[in-house]
Amino acid sequence: MTRTVIEISNLGKQYRLGQIGTGSIADDFKKWWYQVRGKENPFLKVGEENDRSKAGKSDYVWALRDVNLRVNEGDVMGIIGKNGAGKSTLLKILSRTTAPTVGEYKIRGRVASLLEVGTGFHPDLSGRENIFLNGAILGMKTQEIRAKFDEIVDFSGVERYIDTPVKRYSSGMYVRLAFAVAAHLDPEILIVDEVLAVGDQEFQDKCLGKMKSVSAAGRTVLFVSHNLVSIKQLCTKAVFMKNGTLKKTGATTEIIEEYLNDGNTQLQDGTIPEDMLRQFATGDAYFRKIEVLNLSEQMVSELAFNEPFKVKLLLEVLKPLFNVMININICNTLGEPIAFAAEKKDSVYAARSFEPGYHEILVEFDLNLLPSNYKLTVGISHMKSGVTIDWVEGVSTFKVGKISYNMHADYPWDSTHGYVEPVTQWNYSKK
Amino acid sequence: MSHKEEGWDIVVKQKSSSFNLNIREIWGYKDLILLLVKRDITSIYKQTILGPLWMFVQPVFTTAIYTFTFSYSAKLSTDGIPPVLFYLIGQVFWTYFADCLNKTANTFVSNASVFGKVYFPRLVMPISVVISNLLKLGIQLMLLIAVYLFVILILKQDITVQWKYILLLPFLVVFMGVFGLGLGILFSSYTTKYRDFTFLLGFAVQLLMFGSCVVFPVTMYSAKIQSFLMFNPVVAYLEAIKFVLTGHGHISLMYILVDTIAVAGLLFMAMLKFNKTEKSFMDTV
Repeated sequence: MTRTVIEISNLGKQYRLGQIGTGSIADDFKKWWYQVRGKENPFLKVGEENDRSKAGKSDYVWALRDVNLRVNEGDVMGIIGKNGAGKSTLLKILSRTTAPTVGEYKIRGRVASLLEVGTGFHPDLSGRENIFLNGAILGMKTQEIRAKFDEIVDFSGVERYIDTPVKRYSSGMYVRLAFAVAAHLDPEILIVDEVLAVGDQEFQDKCLGKMKSVSAAGRTVLFVSHNLVSIKQLCTKAVFMKNGTLKKTGATTEIIEEYLNDGNTQLQDGTIPEDMLRQFATGDAYFRKIEVLNLSEQMVSELAFNEPFKVKLLLEVLKPLFNVMININICNTLGEPIAFAAEKKDSVYAARSFEPGYHEILVEFDLNLLPSNYKLTVGISHMKSGVTIDWVEGVSTFKVGKISYNMHADYPWDSTHGYVEPVTQWNYSKK
Repeated sequence: MSHKEEGWDIVVKQKSSSFNLNIREIWGYKDLILLLVKRDITSIYKQTILGPLWMFVQPVFTTAIYTFTFSYSAKLSTDGIPPVLFYLIGQVFWTYFADCLNKTANTFVSNASVFGKVYFPRLVMPISVVISNLLKLGIQLMLLIAVYLFVILILKQDITVQWKYILLLPFLVVFMGVFGLGLGILFSSYTTKYRDFTFLLGFAVQLLMFGSCVVFPVTMYSAKIQSFLMFNPVVAYLEAIKFVLTGHGHISLMYILVDTIAVAGLLFMAMLKFNKTEKSFMDTV
């Protein structure tokens, strides 16, 4: 039986915007006056959804609202969402650095929160002294730290500097030491906020490895990161937050797709929106439409497994273009390109010229994609100089399903094992 | 206590009882308290040549100036105690009290960066401050003993320790610190949102020194004013300390009792306020 270790119900957190001063003391007085008369806090009824880009009417916003969540023992749960979605506020409340405005939560077991590394490090104290101090702040007993001291120093890799004040450390060494202490906590529940974004690659891998071993030991981890690759590597479940609410909870891959597809801007007929940011455009030509066509030449957003497909582009050329090349990238949902296509003639990449006007380009693909979601990135650039004329990234998305188009060769597994199915020949011979 | 039956370790609700002082939880963090005390003591004098000797420099010079100003120039009474000893005792114990108050009064504001990232019972911080100050006082007592011996052996002055009251001394010292702690955490709870109190405290402590009979004895005043002044715990405690150490001064067990009850009440109320504030002070600090 799986045990619930964190149970959050109807959690909400309200913040007051603006300065604290004479304005807020009037509100405080009003709150107090309602309290004296035994009434509910009047400000709980006001407040708007937290959307930082729009000016609101109210001084009060809900950074979190109506959050309900259950985390089971051994879950490694990733929390994703844009800046200001309430991820960090949720972690702050769970690590008890601030209290919720409404709602409640319950936790089973010892919690260690890593919202920052090196909390409480004193610059004048040596690395050795700081290991003890920081460990105690994170909730370790002196004896525990003493037992793990050598391990911590070893993990940090700053043994030589251990008796030097930490203010003399390089920032990398500082972080290494700080994370080393945190990594040797033995909590039942670990709450981590973006701390992996520091240190060099080698150290980041080490940290991820450590977190994996924590979860392998059956502990529960809550992990906020904008690095979807590490979320994907580490987490079994994920939560997608938007404007202070939980949008969806589920398996990591599913949630990551949901997050990436959220606010997708492409219009129904494949037209690229006018207001799309075109970072690299020179203004000589623009892609106007991207369509994915199935076997029967219809624009679709989902293809059957093993179904041949075509990509149709509409290019508006404003100035005559010579020796240019159009290329198409097929990317996974994380935005990593997995296939690259450009026109070839006699095995060499070929250039083309375009007159001003609209051009339609139809590209046939002979590529077996495995079931998953994909994005298209298209670009046009000068063949020789490599100067980009237009570049449209990740606007068009499509899905490859598990059902085969010819009815009896469905993809039989639940999980996806990769992106591309190569054409292979298997030869056996007994030796 | 239904949540305990279900086996939950932490339950946080929007409104939890403020009568939960979590003394046991604080005890669980005693290692942290000790390390914080060690940090306070060792980090202050890093990169200095005199190091902990600075703990003696300040009282020595202050006492010298006080002796010159108040005793030699202004000819104020010192209640029969040799001026050097009178001002040293006053100065050392007053500094102890004022440090306990001043340094706990900004607990939330100055530790915001730590408090915002990690949870531990917030009272750990002010408690460690008081213990550090207690240690500092202990070290300064060595100076006091040296001056004491000098006064008896060299100056041959008539002062005697009141041995039958000597056990009262640790009690007085601790409650002086507790008074500072209580006032301090009360102030720190109010300064998180409105900083006005910081300015108030800044000069109030300075002025309070003159209302606490540090540089003159309480017997300088009429009986009526005396009985009023003795309601200030610092006056009652400090006069008693002077009496225990020198045999001169004004001890009143009745006032000590009344003041101590008041101090205990203050501490209790301050802790309630502090506990209430610690839950969400990060939003307003």
